[in-house]
Amino acid sequence: MLTRRTLLVASAAALAAPRIGHAADLTGVTADEIKIGNIMPYSGPASAYGVIGKLQQVFFKAINDAGGFQGRRLNFVTYDDGYSPPKTVEQTRRLVEQDKVSFLFNTLGTPTNSAIHRYVNQRKVPHLFLSTGADKWGDPQNFPWTIGWQPSYRTEAQIYTKYMLEQDRNAKLALLYQNDDFGKDYVAGVRDVLGSRFDAVVKTVSHEVTDATIDSQIVQLHGTGSTALLTATTPKFAAQTIRKVHDIGWRPAMHFLTNVSISVAAVMNPAGPEKGVGIITSAYLKDPTDPAWNDDAGMKEWRDWMKAHMPEADQSDGNYVFSYGVSKTMMRVLTQCNGDFSRENIMKQATSLSGLEVPSLINGIKVNTSSTNYHPIRQMQLAKWDGKTFDRFGGLIEGANV
Amino acid sequence: MATETTLPIAPPRPAFAVDPRIVWGVGLIILVAPLFLAESYQLFQLTLAAIYAIAILGLNLVTGYNGQISLGHGAFYAAGAYVAAIMMDKLNLPYWSTLPAAAVLCGLLGYGIGLPALRLGGLYLALTTFSLAVAVPQILKYKGIEAWTGGVQGVLVTKPDAPFGLPLNSDQYLYLFTILVALGIFLLARNLMASRIGRAIMAIRDHGLAAEAMGMDIASLKTSTFAVSAMITGVAGALSAIAVEFVSPDSFQVPLSITLFVGMVVGGVASIIGGVFGGLFVVFMPNVAEGISKAAPGVIYGCILIAFLFVLPGGVAGLLRRLAARLRR
Amino acid sequence: MNGFLHQVIAGIATGGIYASVALALVMIYQATHHVNFAQGEMATFSTYIALTLVQAGLPFWVAFFATVGISFCIGVVIERVLMRPMANAAVLTHVGLFIGLVLVVSNLTGWVFDYTVKPFPTPFHDGPLLGGLVTGHELGSTAVTLVVLGLVYLFFRHTRLGLAMRAAAFNPVSARLVGVRVGWMLALGWGLAAAIGAIAGIMVAPVVFLEPNMMLGILLYAFAGALLGGIDNPGGAVIGGFAVGVIENLGGTYIVGTELKLTLALVIIIGVLLVRPAGLFGRVVLSRV
Repeated sequence: MLTRRTLLVASAAALAAPRIGHAADLTGVTADEIKIGNIMPYSGPASAYGVIGKLQQVFFKAINDAGGFQGRRLNFVTYDDGYSPPKTVEQTRRLVEQDKVSFLFNTLGTPTNSAIHRYVNQRKVPHLFLSTGADKWGDPQNFPWTIGWQPSYRTEAQIYTKYMLEQDRNAKLALLYQNDDFGKDYVAGVRDVLGSRFDAVVKTVSHEVTDATIDSQIVQLHGTGSTALLTATTPKFAAQTIRKVHDIGWRPAMHFLTNVSISVAAVMNPAGPEKGVGIITSAYLKDPTDPAWNDDAGMKEWRDWMKAHMPEADQSDGNYVFSYGVSKTMMRVLTQCNGDFSRENIMKQATSLSGLEVPSLINGIKVNTSSTNYHPIRQMQLAKWDGKTFDRFGGLIEGANV
Repeated sequence: MATETTLPIAPPRPAFAVDPRIVWGVGLIILVAPLFLAESYQLFQLTLAAIYAIAILGLNLVTGYNGQISLGHGAFYAAGAYVAAIMMDKLNLPYWSTLPAAAVLCGLLGYGIGLPALRLGGLYLALTTFSLAVAVPQILKYKGIEAWTGGVQGVLVTKPDAPFGLPLNSDQYLYLFTILVALGIFLLARNLMASRIGRAIMAIRDHGLAAEAMGMDIASLKTSTFAVSAMITGVAGALSAIAVEFVSPDSFQVPLSITLFVGMVVGGVASIIGGVFGGLFVVFMPNVAEGISKAAPGVIYGCILIAFLFVLPGGVAGLLRRLAARLRR
Repeated sequence: MNGFLHQVIAGIATGGIYASVALALVMIYQATHHVNFAQGEMATFSTYIALTLVQAGLPFWVAFFATVGISFCIGVVIERVLMRPMANAAVLTHVGLFIGLVLVVSNLTGWVFDYTVKPFPTPFHDGPLLGGLVTGHELGSTAVTLVVLGLVYLFFRHTRLGLAMRAAAFNPVSARLVGVRVGWMLALGWGLAAAIGAIAGIMVAPVVFLEPNMMLGILLYAFAGALLGGIDNPGGAVIGGFAVGVIENLGGTYIVGTELKLTLALVIIIGVLLVRPAGLFGRVVLSRV
């Protein structure tokens, strides 16, 4: 359907295609400062993710305290939106129009970023490395100024579904998902692979974040006689699921778990480590509570940094690992800018990363972007819970290529 | 349960020494000045403040004036916003036509909810409406209406440009439009509360039994007040969808209803003009709270609310009223 | 109909959670004629205190009773500092104070204790029973709820203090005339409610895992349960809590779908208030003028 809105978006996109070379937009950049804008849910229902912004405040401050970046201060301006889209719009306009930041970095949330998606593209403000795994951020055709960072949930679901079919062509899948944009991406991913067979193969049940327990849902899914289970829900409910599935004696041949909820400290141990044996996930980040990374160089770098700059912080919280990795990626972009901090060049460099290794990412996974590839991290690796740690198996899987 | 209230009752209009025409003139200048002085972003904030002011006014009618405590007005705000978004995006109707539509739909909705609600007193109503506020997002994303509401993804809309070749950008025009709508609604509400019906509404709050003994139809008055209140808040919701250009279930979580309630208490319970102060407070205060502490802005916000209840129970409007009274003496 | 039976049993297990929180709601209503919106948040905060004590090395039951004691004091202090000066204010002011408390306590909890999900220890045998539909903890915590219920009943029915508290809430003026110290009775009521809330939090946390928003949904289901059973009847509230758990599961599975479970609770609340405002087991009180 060609509505007025799609027309507007299309024309905005045509106008917004980065043109390098003339009339460089140096908003937010002075001889001694680069202004970076960020929005986080420091209050409200998603406050758990506020620590991502807290690390970034310290991260940029540490760089400034050590003399700045190429002689410039990195002025990191971060505001609270309480995970409420109207507030995100207000705070974004504050950053762009009043504070006049050079670019937006790692703004968090799917509904919140959806609310500002069109605005930042019309204004041609780089909107870099969003903290959300929705698939739609990688759309250089229509939204050339927005780029995500982490692998999309939808890709992840495709990987699980393909793996399931490889193991057992006649598998029946039970899908438990959180009824929001995050959970629904998994439904979409499974549907991508199965197509018209979806209804015959998959039984879905949703839950709300306000539910006390998901016992009822598990009992319901168990009754469908499915041979595989995909759990697409946040840590608290994932831990409940693992425990309940085990307790009622359900032993699905395959149990896939979203990589949002694979923290050893927050999910696997609370659920009971022996109860989750055999669970399969596909990871891209290193889990700080997984003993497998005790001697890893990248994690050592992260731990040393945490000890030096945020000694009070809870090192079992994987959000800090995520935040550190995405901040490192940002610094690489700024380095690559080679002194030209125009918005056009920042966007150009953000989309010309090649083979970047980040300490937070599982060894071997590299960050790659180009003018047509706006999915910086496309690789993941399957891993199986053995009762103590997630044991990685198989090679790196690049996208799902359905 | 005896609900005895000691709410500040709006005093009869004081005999201001100042010519009302001067008050009106100054007021209009204050309202129009930002059009020429403020930047786009500030205009946007003021537009939001005006929208919240309307919503808080709606809440104040039912809670402040009529004594029926609602903690779920975010539901009507959400309904109004979705009406506007769906009409503009799916039906390609003009933005201005969404306001009367939102008013009618939310009025009906308010009537439907007000009907059982009028049988609940005080805390029960507060808790029931609070439950409504918690349930709103999951009703909005219900799959049966997903084709219209866009489910969890929400709906994008586009701000109108200034009509008739007015030399205003879309932020300026929207500010002007919102201010005009707000002005109209505030005048209507003021006249309503100053009328016989308004006095009856307050009488029900202050002494329901006596009001009934005097022959007032309490049930129908309470329900109608709820409907009018929902109508006004719904119009505010529709305006918010146009200004923010986006609606989604996450836009209307519990904190929205709480925000409206806080705005009402801070602006002034049972005060028409209180809505304006409330609107300004809920837009600008969170930014101040965040400036004080990034660690937990919510704690500061809550403390401010409690402080207001203790120190300024009449809200900002009550404070101004007292100051004015002192000046006149 | 194996699935049906399983849903009922799972519903009873979840209903135990609602029952324990409903009991705390009834407690504060009995003692103050208020329904405290911040009850859930306060209980969560208490649970974090318990976790801190357990992690500091105290045995579970020592930490349990210490937390109950601390929570009692917090409740008393809140009544003395916040509610007391506003004793004669309008209901609206009280609701405002409760909302303020919700904001402060919930954000404070996240600030002090972090938002990450934390496991909470259980003192009971934590293995699955009845084919995994019920855990040892769920049985144990239901027993605790029933014990608390029994104590509450004995306290209100058979002690002078309990009688004085009920009198203070029911008719403050007359109570004062016969020598009841009404102010302190209210403070005591808040303390007891906070203490029972803490017990509920500690019993709930091992099942749902501890995080700052643990109680948001639970509180509404508990409120529905309390209303269903009768807000002035502790026993009724407990039965109501179990009933809501079962209704929620059956309704979610067979009627409205899992997306609208919370809406179902809302419907129960409105339905009860309209059809039988005193609840199934509550006394119908006629108010005179």
